[in-house]
Order: sequence, then structure tokens, then C-alpha cells
Amino acid sequence: MSSAIQNLVNQPYKHGFVTDIETETVPKGLSEDVIRLISKKKNEPEWLLDFRLSAYRHWLTMEEPAWASVSYPKIDFQDIIYFAQPKPKKQLASMDEVDPELKRTFEKLGVPLHEQKIMAGVAVDVIFDSVSVTTTYKAKLAEVGIIFCSFSEAVHQHPELVKQYLGSVVPSGDNFYAALNSAVFTDGSFCFIPKGTKCPMDLSTYFRINTEGSGQFERTLIIAEEGASVCYLEGCTAPQFDTNQLHAAVVELVALDNADIKYSTVQNWYAGDENGKGGIFNFVTKRGLCKGINSKISWTQVETGSAITWKYPSCVLLGDNSIGEFYSVALTNHLQQADTGSKMIHIGKNTRSRIISKGISTGRSSNSYRGLVKIGSRATGARNYSQCDSMLIGDNCGANTFPTIDVQNVTAQVEHEASTSKIGEDQMFFFAQRGIGSEEAVSMIINGFCKDVFVHLPMEFAVEATKLLGLKLEGSVG
Amino acid sequence: MINKGGKVLLEVKNLKAEVDGVEILKGVDLTVRAGEVHAIMGVNGSGKSTFSKVLAGHPDYTVTGGTATFEGKELFSLAAEERARAGLFLAFQYPVEIPGVSNSALLRLAYNTLQNERGLEELDPLEFEDLVHEKIKVVEMDPSFLDRSVNEGFSGGEKKRNEILQMAILEPKLAILDETDSGLDIDALRIVANGVNSLLTADNAVVMVTHYQRLLNYIVPDYVHVMDAGRIVRTGGKELALELEARGYDWVRAAA
Ligand SMILES: Nc1ncnc2c1ncn2[C@@H]1O[C@H](COP(=O)(O)OP(=O)(O)O)[C@@H](O)[C@H]1O
Ligand SMILES: [Mg+2]
Repeated sequence: MSSAIQNLVNQPYKHGFVTDIETETVPKGLSEDVIRLISKKKNEPEWLLDFRLSAYRHWLTMEEPAWASVSYPKIDFQDIIYFAQPKPKKQLASMDEVDPELKRTFEKLGVPLHEQKIMAGVAVDVIFDSVSVTTTYKAKLAEVGIIFCSFSEAVHQHPELVKQYLGSVVPSGDNFYAALNSAVFTDGSFCFIPKGTKCPMDLSTYFRINTEGSGQFERTLIIAEEGASVCYLEGCTAPQFDTNQLHAAVVELVALDNADIKYSTVQNWYAGDENGKGGIFNFVTKRGLCKGINSKISWTQVETGSAITWKYPSCVLLGDNSIGEFYSVALTNHLQQADTGSKMIHIGKNTRSRIISKGISTGRSSNSYRGLVKIGSRATGARNYSQCDSMLIGDNCGANTFPTIDVQNVTAQVEHEASTSKIGEDQMFFFAQRGIGSEEAVSMIINGFCKDVFVHLPMEFAVEATKLLGLKLEGSVG
Repeated sequence: MINKGGKVLLEVKNLKAEVDGVEILKGVDLTVRAGEVHAIMGVNGSGKSTFSKVLAGHPDYTVTGGTATFEGKELFSLAAEERARAGLFLAFQYPVEIPGVSNSALLRLAYNTLQNERGLEELDPLEFEDLVHEKIKVVEMDPSFLDRSVNEGFSGGEKKRNEILQMAILEPKLAILDETDSGLDIDALRIVANGVNSLLTADNAVVMVTHYQRLLNYIVPDYVHVMDAGRIVRTGGKELALELEARGYDWVRAAA
């Protein structure tokens, strides 16, 4: 790679600052006492403490998964702060009460917290370290019966809903990181769309890890009742620390009859520096249950950050005629590692699923698609289409695909397509020779490669995603 | 030899260039005036593509000596894209595939970038479509190629025609065609040659790199140069190509 390319690639991470704000943390390490302390600080009901403790006890018996194509030093789970929150701890009723320092942080990040956002039609929940600091437009949403609040608040205000659905899609012992999350999760977003309601605005949560040495374990639960629909957006960043930070979230979606949930993520956690120092370990369990007939869950993700991404947003297609979709762009640079993909579990009749995965690797990074399409014996007429494309930029990166297909019903149709293409100096020179500069060339290539995914993002996110990818790739080709 | 006497477009003097520390070009001289057609011939490995790519600014090659001017401007002080925008065009010997980028999107971006450079209006997609459908006739290509990804799945001949389509859209002052004839059957050769001829004016020039005489039956050169081991060792009129065809290259190389 030429030095011009190198300069372009090594764009500094813009969100790497730390906010100087008083933080209350519990001591490092994990034990039943720490869990009790977290639960107590959050003033939780007994049943939730029991949920945590049983998850913790299960977790103690589990092994960290080793099957993913990622390698990293052993995580010392006793060296992590499991709870950090900005002081004061009191619930904030409006943005005016938010610490000005915190507000400045979100302004820097471009998080839309302002009134003008009403026009843009986005309601925002912000999770700073582990605690939800503000949820905008709650009142407006409440008028139509929609609940959109922090998870902690939901525990107190709507315990029956939380109790009914928490762990119903991702059981507390589902996997190592889900069990860890179930034991120590601190906050997150809760969203409930009642029967027959179309959510009038996009709902959005913004996650930020601030404190060094802290982990982020948020929990998101979205329920769309019969005939309801919602479009949910999630964004994330973190400061630049030399140490790795653990992010182990759980997201559960439930769609009842004829309900429709669209979940979009633009993930830009800190990825570590060009030598692989620092960065977020992103070990996330996201799963949606299409519980009712004709229900639909659609995941769209743009993964650009994190030192390691381990993430497989999945759909369990239980209801007859239900639909699951997964659209993904995962970009890795430097020494980033991504092992990501989707699982589509077809249980109901005539269920359909679609997986479109685009992996872009550059630098010395590694990018793997891992997927499972499972058609159960009862899933007559089920169909899946999967397409996994990889693009390699430069000579030192790698891409793999690991598709697993398990069909137990002869009427099912499963299609899988895969391709690998390479962008190198010759492609960039071709663009230059036609008068097109490298920035525009990269954005053209990326947009072309990712367009099947970008069309599924809300407009705002699509623009942001394009910019983000361009920034991350600048100079990685030349 | 006829000197058509147009203004000098390209002037290369004693050009030396290397790749990975190995000198490939060992002192090349070439002057191209507006209105002229030049042919550079030579055996495989003699440095013809290297010469073309060095002029266009390929990053693999380092210029180690000599000078080159394009319409009086220092060529080597310009970035590759600036040379292109100044009107230097290279039709590649091996055109690359660009997956996911449609031919028409690429053409339009390249065209509008040039329009900007020249201080002219950009064309919107509809206006551009009219232009491109006009230009595509030059190379007798089916318009369905416009919607396909650049060169992806194109045959060798289709890729070469696509290069000439780009030339037709961009209307360069100097076009270097690097073995545009190789891999073409006789019909395609005629189409491409007709296309190039139709683009020639008194204000532009073409340098054709080839090692066959047959292309030169269609696009008649004013000058034929023989490159050997990184130097132009002989220059003549179009009859030199016929002589090379009949006698091979050894006699020129021996004489050099
Ligand atoms: N990028 C490169 N790296 C190493 N060697 C090269 C490179 N480009 C050209 N060469 C070498 O330079 C010489 C001239 O090659 P080239 O210019 O392609 O010749 P021609 O086009 O006349 O066949 C050959 O020996 C070739 O191997
Ligand atoms: Mg050649």
C-alpha cells in the first residue's frame, strides 16, 4: 500500500474522548455480593434478583465459547467494573436536568437530543455507561399507549410485562455471554407497542461506554403486540482506552400476530489502534421471536467498530407465514476481528427468511460470516435465501464464510450464494485514471457493494453509515 | 514522415523509471503533437505497458530520471487523477473489474468530474443517458452493458470496447491505447478501430501500443516507434510496421 493510502486509512477515531464527570461505580469483580449490590442500588424486586442469581450460578458452570474465528487474550472477569453510573443518580425528568458535561458529550457525538428532533421524528433513549440518562418524547408516545423507557424504569413501572417477556427469547442460560448479561445487566431500553399501534416515530437508543475498565451490559426488550409495528435504531460509541472493554448485551424482540419489528444498528465502538491495542470486545446476543402468524422481524446492522465482534442477530420463526430478515455490513480494518452472521430457525409453516451479508476487510483484519439456517420438520413450505459477499481491500486481510444449513422438511427451499471480490491498487488506479479521486472511488465501491443492505436502513442511518464506512476506509486503498 | 505540425501535447525526454528497485525504462524520448497517431511496438516485456502506466501515474512505478510535459505542464508533478482530468487517457491492457459499480454510474461520475474541471455544467442522469446512448454507438455495444458492473463478466473483447466507450465519453486530448487490439476478433477489431478513428480530430492524438501490424491497417499511424529493453530504439513511418511484420524484431534490436 502506498503511503497516501496509509494516511487515509489511519483516520483517527473521532469519538475517543472521555467525559470528565463524576461517576459512581461498584468495586471491580463479580460475585453474588456484587450482583446483590447492583440489584439493591437499582432497588429491584426480589424476582429480578433471583433471575440474576440463577443466571450467575449457571454462568459459573459455563465455558467461554471457543468456536468463533477470533482470538484474544483471556478475559479476567474479576478485573471488570460491572456497574458505573454518572452522579447524581436521581431520575431525570427533562434534558434540562442533565449534567451539562454529559450534554456536551452527546453534542460532540451528534446525538439528537434536541427539540428539533421532534420534527425529525426520532425518540431517543441514551445509555451512558450502564445507566439510562434520558428518554425523549416519552409523553408523546404514551398518548398512543407506547411505552418507551429505560429498562430500570420498566422494571418498576411495568413489572408484569418485564416479568412475562424477560428471558423469553434469550433464556438466561442461553450462552456464556447471555448468562453473564442476565446476571449483571444494568440498564437498557424497553419498548412496548400495544395491539394495532403503528409507532408514529422511529425509536432510538444511543449507547456510550465512558468509564475505563467498565463493562457495558445492557438489556433491550421490544414487544410488538398483535398488528403493531415499530422501527428501532441503535447507535454506539466508546472512548479510546488502551485496555479492552467488554460489551455483552442482550436484545430480545417479540412479535405477536401480524406485528412487524425493524431493528437497525450502526455500531461504531472503539476498534483499538492500528496495532490492535485497546478496543471493545463486542459479544452480543440478539434474537427475535416471530411468535405470531404473519409476523416479521428484520435486523439491519452496520458493524464498523469493536476490536472483536461476536454477534449473530437471529430470528425464531414460530408463527406460520412469519418472516425473518438479516441485512448486514461488517467492516474490519487494522487488527479487528469480526465473526458475525445470523441464525434463521424455521418452525412454523410457510416461514420465509432472507440473509444478505456483506463483509469488507482491510488492513490485517479478519472478517467471518457464520450462519445457520435451520428448517424444522413442521416447517412445510419454508424458504430461505442467503447471500454472503466478501470484499477484500489490500493483501493482508482475510474473509471466511461458514454457512450451516440443516433441513428437516423436504418441501423447504434453501438457496445460498457467496462471492469474494478484491479491491487493490489496480482498481484504485483505474478510478484515478478516469479522473476520480480515491475518496469518491471508495465511496462508490462501498455504496455499490453495500446497496442491498443500505436500502433497508432508515435514510438518516444510511447517510451516516456511508460516511462512516468512507471514513474508516479512506486510504486503505490506493 | 509527415509532420502535421500541431502543437505539442506530450514531450518525454530521457525518461527512466523503476519498479521494486529494478530499472525498466532506461531513457525514453517521445514527442506527440496534436493531430498525430503514433504506434509503439516491441516484443513482450520491452516496457511498453510500463511506459504507458508511468505516464498515467501508476503508484507501482518510480520515476528516477528525465522529464515529461503535457501541454507544457510538468506531468510528474500531477497526481494520477489530475493527469486524467488534464486530458490524458489510458485504455488498459488488462481492464479491471469493479464489482457493484455500474458502468453507467462510473461513466457519469467520470464525465461530471471532468465537466467540473472544465467549468461546465454537470449532466443529470437523464441527460447523461442521452449522451451515453449516442456514444455507445461508436463501439457498437449493447446498452444493456451500461447497467452491468464495470467489466464484471465481460469477455476480453467486451472489456476492450468498454475502454473505448470511456474514451468516447471523456474525449481526451491524448489517448494511450495499450494493446487494445489483443484478444479482439477481426470484427471487433474493425469496430474498435472505426470507433477510435471517429474520435480523432486535429486537436487530439493517439498513441497505440501493439505488437501486431494488423491494427495499423485500420488506424494508420504517422509514426511507428520500436521499444526494446526500456528504450525507443527506432522510429519510422507506417512502413516500419510492415517491415517489422515481415522481418521480426531482431534486426532492429541488433542495430540498436
Ligand atoms: N509491477 C511490476 N512489478 C515487477 N516487474 C514489472 C512490473 N511491471 C512491469 N514489470 C517488468 O517490466 C518489464 C516490462 O514490462 P511491460 O512494461 O509490461 O512490457 P510490455 O508491455 O512491453 O510487454 C517486464 O520485465 C516486466 O516483468
Ligand atoms: Mg504490455
